[in-house]
Amino acid sequence: MKWILSPSEINQDHRNRIGGKAYTLFLMAREGFKIPETLFLTVDAYNEFVIATGLRERILLELNRKKFKDMRWEEIWDCATRIRNLFLKKPIPKHLDVELTAQLQSRFNGKTVAVRSSAPDEDAAGSSFAGLHESFINVRGTESIIKHVRLVWASLWSDAALLYRQEIGLDFQKSAMAVVLQETVTGNRSGVVFSQNPSDETQGIIESVYGFNQGLVDGRVEPDRWILDREKHTILSHNPVERSHWLIPSENGVEMVPLPQDLSQRPPISTEEALKIYGLACRAEALFKKPQDVEWTIQNDTLYLLQSRPITTLLSNKNEDKRAWYLSLHRSFENLKALRKTIEEKLIPEMKQTARDLADKDLTMLSHGKLADEIQKRWEINHSWVNVYWEEFIPYAHGIRLFGQYYNDAVQPDDPYEFMNLLTHTQMASLERNRMLEDLAGMVRSDPELLEKLQAGNALVLNPEFGKKVDGFIVKFGDLSCAVTGGTECATDTRPLFKLLVEMAANPSSLKPRKQMKDAGALEKNFLGCFEGSKRKEAMDLLDLARSSYRLRDDDNIYLGRIEAQLLTAVMEGRTRVEKSSCREIHSSEIDKLKSVIHDLDYGNGKQELAAFTDEYGFKVKPRQLVGQPAGPGLSRGKARVIRHHLDLQDFKNAEILVCDSVDPNMTFVIPLAAGVVERRGGMLIHGAIIAREYGLPCVTGIPDATSLIRTGDEITVDGYLGIVTLLQKGL
Amino acid sequence: MTHPEDIKKHIRKLFIDQKLAVLSTHRSGQPYASLVAFVGKEDLKEIFFVTSRSTRKHANLSADSRVALLINSSMNVDADFHEAVCVTAQGYAEEIGGAEKVQVLKRYLAKHPYLEDFANAPTCALIGVKITSYVLVKNFQHVMELSIEQ
Repeated sequence: MKWILSPSEINQDHRNRIGGKAYTLFLMAREGFKIPETLFLTVDAYNEFVIATGLRERILLELNRKKFKDMRWEEIWDCATRIRNLFLKKPIPKHLDVELTAQLQSRFNGKTVAVRSSAPDEDAAGSSFAGLHESFINVRGTESIIKHVRLVWASLWSDAALLYRQEIGLDFQKSAMAVVLQETVTGNRSGVVFSQNPSDETQGIIESVYGFNQGLVDGRVEPDRWILDREKHTILSHNPVERSHWLIPSENGVEMVPLPQDLSQRPPISTEEALKIYGLACRAEALFKKPQDVEWTIQNDTLYLLQSRPITTLLSNKNEDKRAWYLSLHRSFENLKALRKTIEEKLIPEMKQTARDLADKDLTMLSHGKLADEIQKRWEINHSWVNVYWEEFIPYAHGIRLFGQYYNDAVQPDDPYEFMNLLTHTQMASLERNRMLEDLAGMVRSDPELLEKLQAGNALVLNPEFGKKVDGFIVKFGDLSCAVTGGTECATDTRPLFKLLVEMAANPSSLKPRKQMKDAGALEKNFLGCFEGSKRKEAMDLLDLARSSYRLRDDDNIYLGRIEAQLLTAVMEGRTRVEKSSCREIHSSEIDKLKSVIHDLDYGNGKQELAAFTDEYGFKVKPRQLVGQPAGPGLSRGKARVIRHHLDLQDFKNAEILVCDSVDPNMTFVIPLAAGVVERRGGMLIHGAIIAREYGLPCVTGIPDATSLIRTGDEITVDGYLGIVTLLQKGL
Repeated sequence: MTHPEDIKKHIRKLFIDQKLAVLSTHRSGQPYASLVAFVGKEDLKEIFFVTSRSTRKHANLSADSRVALLINSSMNVDADFHEAVCVTAQGYAEEIGGAEKVQVLKRYLAKHPYLEDFANAPTCALIGVKITSYVLVKNFQHVMELSIEQ
């Protein structure tokens, strides 16, 4: 079996062994197009690797933990992360390693290469995977080339690629990856040419930058753009840009540096060169009989073609392709940095101020009609912040993922979530709240009289110091009786808070994070030690961004919760007035308006139905072992406390296991009491998983129907290593 | 998989596709496993197999009627780990005789025609296991239990 083929060895039977991109290059080389020296690593090499190492079945086990369509994108990302780590960690079988090393050394012998994906799936689907699989440029040394081949193989299983395969109906079990290995042509001017403008069939387009065209493709370097007449082959317009940076080769890869002054003053290509480049694209179109998107580069005035493919935007219009959307799930470092600035400097301060302004308003002074207006206004304010949450804060969480991948590529740890140890124990708002609770519980514990009053529900006459601290807590975090951020219930009442304090006072050991994480300092040192020079600075910046992103996963919810709490406060004031008026049989247009506004908000709905468990033939279903995603390592056993309604929380007892649909950020105050967390919503980076990790609790997420299959009082085991929850039978 | 029908459809498919089950019996605390050719009742409440009366399994289930049966779709390939479905049935075994035996044997031999001589031999017994519960495992580790009121 030949694992590496050169263009001269290829014939039409090899198409499925080298993939569409590679086969296209072969055809172009055969037709006399100038391409860099190229080798093809066939899918046989990929298959040899995944079969010999057992990875093939391991991947399918990961993807079949539950129905793919039931997995949230975050769960798919988690799966993809675990798979990617397996590709990095599994040693290449010796016979394959020896063969690849020998061939790569003899063929490239110290030259740098581009390592590009070429998936046969692409042909089968008639769809383009452009951008979904990874490619790397300027890779030096045999060992490094093989490492990047593994990364290209792993990209077959990236979240975006998985979603796209699912979308277009490709069978995961048949997926394989070939790789194109192309000698680096260090072009000082590069770009992309479209033989047909995707939005105007009478035109063609050229985009060009200085340096490698990876900068253009990634969106990091803005290109000059030429529009051409498709029929006459003439230039219709040239749109110059402010040229400030270029991507050039570095010791191990590429780096972005400022563009020299003289180059920034002139376009990368002349008119004559633009026409020559367009001619290249038209030749490619003639060869493949479809408009083409061609990547090119110029080295020492020689024009090279790097790759050519059908124009995907034309395809996407026709096939309603969602590839672009899947690609948008990932954000670049630059994009996330800009988002961070907006969030930290603008949005969070605005949220805090909004909550303060609303809290300062005395609702009791408003007439019924004005109160109705105020409720409406608060609903709109809350709604607009919920939109901000989805559009700005949720994408910002990708900072954690970006860092995770960067860390895993550099460190190649056994645990693909080791990177989380560098992010935990940051100053999160919920931890501050839990510290205040700890302080209050300490006071209760040391004052038997106070404890007795709270246990008896007689909390009206409290000692002044305790009362003042309770008031301070409530002003900052509410009285824990309201379910916020999407919650439906609220009854201003300090009893839930006092019940919780009594429970915490009785269980002092529950109040501190119970598990020491791995030494974050040593991990950070080890991680940063993988880089030198500018790469080290990049790694530090990314770590800083990830920490901010991690912190915000908690804080944004808390701040959003404060705004929603103000809406709920106004709704409660309205409800009280409506109830009083009906007792006294008072009717007025203002009361009717208030009733109508409250009714429209539809607070009080959202109760969950229990699933059907029995049928008329005497059969009864009981769950025994449920599979979700491992989200916090550890093992615990205890009684389940299933939270279907927010007020269920007030009965939470020490060492119970929190089972919920999704951890409401403002329900995390019971986490210090919990022995484990089980959540329907899936993902390593959802709020519940992050808080569980912070306290070192076993956590399993992504169990469909968790809150209907598990009942309060069930004895359950949470295996946070394997992502399994077992319901124990009596006597076991 | 929260409705009984979600689990029953997997069991019905195993009843149709699979010919053999692993039978677990015990004697004096010593477990014993053996292969049996089975047929399942349409309502899933009983599983039948034939055994010679001189076998250890027959002696065991005569001494203690509590048994378990395991039926699975594995093909002895790697893909079994994510594709195979397995069900363990628990119940009580008893010998079937009279008119019921004639009816059940007809169904049994329709599924296993090559066992005609064996099933009709006077030294063999038709055993019915009244099922109290099924435990279904799929996707490697997802486990649901279906209990039955007999």
